[in-house]
Amino acid sequence: MTKTQIKGLKRIVITLILYVAVILLNKLVLQPRKLEFLSANANQIVILMSFFIVYLLSGWKVLVKAGKNIRRGKVFDENFLMSIASLGAFAIGEYSEAVAVMIFYLIGEWFEQFAVEKSRKSITQMMDICPEYANLWKDGQLTQLDPEEIAVGDMIIIKPGEKIPLDGEVVEGNSFLDTSALTGEPVPREVVVGDPVISGCVNREGTLIVRVQKEYEDSTVVKILELVENASSKKAKVENFITKFARFYTPIVVVAAVLLAIIPAVTGIMVWSDSLRSACIFLVISCPCALVISVPLSFFGGIGAASKAGILIKGSNYIEAVSKLSTIIFDKTGTLTKGDFKVVEIHPEPGMSKEELIEIAAHVESLSNHPIGRSIQEAYGKPTNLAWVENIQEIPGYGVKASYKGADVSVGNRRILEELQVKVSLSEEAFTSVYLLRNEKYLGAIYIADELKKTSKEAMEKLKEIGISRTIMLTGDKNAVAQMIGKQLKIDEIYGELLPEDKLSITEKILKTSSAKESVAFVGDGMNDAPVLARVDVGIAMGSLGSDAAIEAADVVLMDDDPRKIATVIKISRKTMWIVKENIVLALGVKLLVMIFGVIGIATMWEAVFADVGVSVLAIINAMRTMHERKK
Amino acid sequence: MKKKYKVEQMDCANCAAKMEALIQKIEGVEEATLSFITQKLTIEAMEDDHERIIKEVVEITKKHEPDWVVHA
Repeated sequence: MTKTQIKGLKRIVITLILYVAVILLNKLVLQPRKLEFLSANANQIVILMSFFIVYLLSGWKVLVKAGKNIRRGKVFDENFLMSIASLGAFAIGEYSEAVAVMIFYLIGEWFEQFAVEKSRKSITQMMDICPEYANLWKDGQLTQLDPEEIAVGDMIIIKPGEKIPLDGEVVEGNSFLDTSALTGEPVPREVVVGDPVISGCVNREGTLIVRVQKEYEDSTVVKILELVENASSKKAKVENFITKFARFYTPIVVVAAVLLAIIPAVTGIMVWSDSLRSACIFLVISCPCALVISVPLSFFGGIGAASKAGILIKGSNYIEAVSKLSTIIFDKTGTLTKGDFKVVEIHPEPGMSKEELIEIAAHVESLSNHPIGRSIQEAYGKPTNLAWVENIQEIPGYGVKASYKGADVSVGNRRILEELQVKVSLSEEAFTSVYLLRNEKYLGAIYIADELKKTSKEAMEKLKEIGISRTIMLTGDKNAVAQMIGKQLKIDEIYGELLPEDKLSITEKILKTSSAKESVAFVGDGMNDAPVLARVDVGIAMGSLGSDAAIEAADVVLMDDDPRKIATVIKISRKTMWIVKENIVLALGVKLLVMIFGVIGIATMWEAVFADVGVSVLAIINAMRTMHERKK
Repeated sequence: MKKKYKVEQMDCANCAAKMEALIQKIEGVEEATLSFITQKLTIEAMEDDHERIIKEVVEITKKHEPDWVVHA
């Protein structure tokens, strides 16, 4: 508890004791008129005064605030409404109720404060991945610095138990890293010399010396924190609705209260004291606080729970969209498969050796960063001689063209054969194949294979389990490969041999046919996927394999590339939306009931105060449930 | 350009929502969010405008919510 909370609690206890004392004094002494020297009028005044003193003790702050606010023209302020409501109770002779309203209001406010403070704390704890310092290792000396002061290329030392302050590469030492704050993965990851390390992870065992590769501003930890913090600025439809609703709600209820105070009494349906009482009840419950706090808090909790599991959601609006997912489109490579290509077979035409074929391909692909190109360079195993190649041209969806030792060489998929109308008799196999042409003459083929991620199958099963009705796979890879992988994973629709622009046009078609109530997601990682990621309702990117462009364009980022996390984020989003709806129904329902009871005369001020503050507290507690998503 | 400020002692979520609406109306503010939960005010505006905007924010809060502390 903070100091203000303890102070508030003390005040509540003291006023409660005084309140009970005054009630006893009244019941035992004043009302039976034991003090015979007092006249009937004087006795009445003593009763009023005794309550009024406790009232002032408990509520002077509220009254003062209300007074100040009126001068500033803030009429619909909570303090003002509470003051009017309790003073109104005095006016109709309900002294003990008037005091009770004030004390109960204090208790409720205290609880509300407590709950808010608590949720704030658990949020800061959740975001406690920020490193406080970095140990700079320079000229044999160790200095502790702010991570912001470290430059790229500096060496830093990370001792066991410390957080990794900046992204970099291990140059000395080995250890196990706790990545759970970033990826939600409980098993520590082993790192040795040469491995990259990500800021925000905790070093568990050995001391590491790391060469810094990114400045603090660009480091993973800062990016994640920014994403999570900015997430609250992208509001969900429900949130905007609540904000708008709150603007109308209070004035309407206050006007209703005024009408309720005047009309029944003037027309003679109710006596003045009854109509004033109902009006006071309306005033007490006219604050939409329960909704205004709990709805954003629920979303924040949902985003927090997701980031704990290694999933970054870029805004509340995406929680809303994810909860409505019915169709998910997958990219194949790097999403469902490892994206780790290996050359498995080499088929040169007669008169050419395997080594020669690989050498040509490796040179033409020497500048390629594509996984296929990299696998060929890996299979070549030697450094490429850049003097042999010129005019390297990458043609997306086809391959690479270059001049190699003076000859025009193309390396690419089947389309390069079709374009030049080269006929090749090759059996259609479930490999990714790369064909080579030199001066429009066919040289041979290289077969490359990619492995399924171990978790892809389970991921698909989970999605079916939670009711995702349509799964689609799009890939630029050969149909045979696409079919084989798609069938293994039981994907509903499989499209192979697509150009990057085909992916977009197929996605457009899917978006057109899906109903407005449901949403469509695309899961991908590559550069080519950025336009599609931006186009769909929910773009999901693979965080650690994915390119920066894809992560930038995506709405949801899976930090550890595990496709099973898609089901997790859907579950978290659905739970969050459910809690948001629960809170809206709870808050409005209780308030509406109290209004009705107030008009018929069943509800007292007590219930009204409960409806106002109690519901806020309940809604906050309920909202905080979103934060505690079970792992897996 | 975006800038963030810490706002403390906010005591009611609805007041924060109202204040957010007021801040959004300040000239030069492209976007403003005031998060009751994280106690952070984020203002997006041209770089040269920030100083004037945050001054106005402090004035507005002083007027409407004197208890709040805006760390400008």
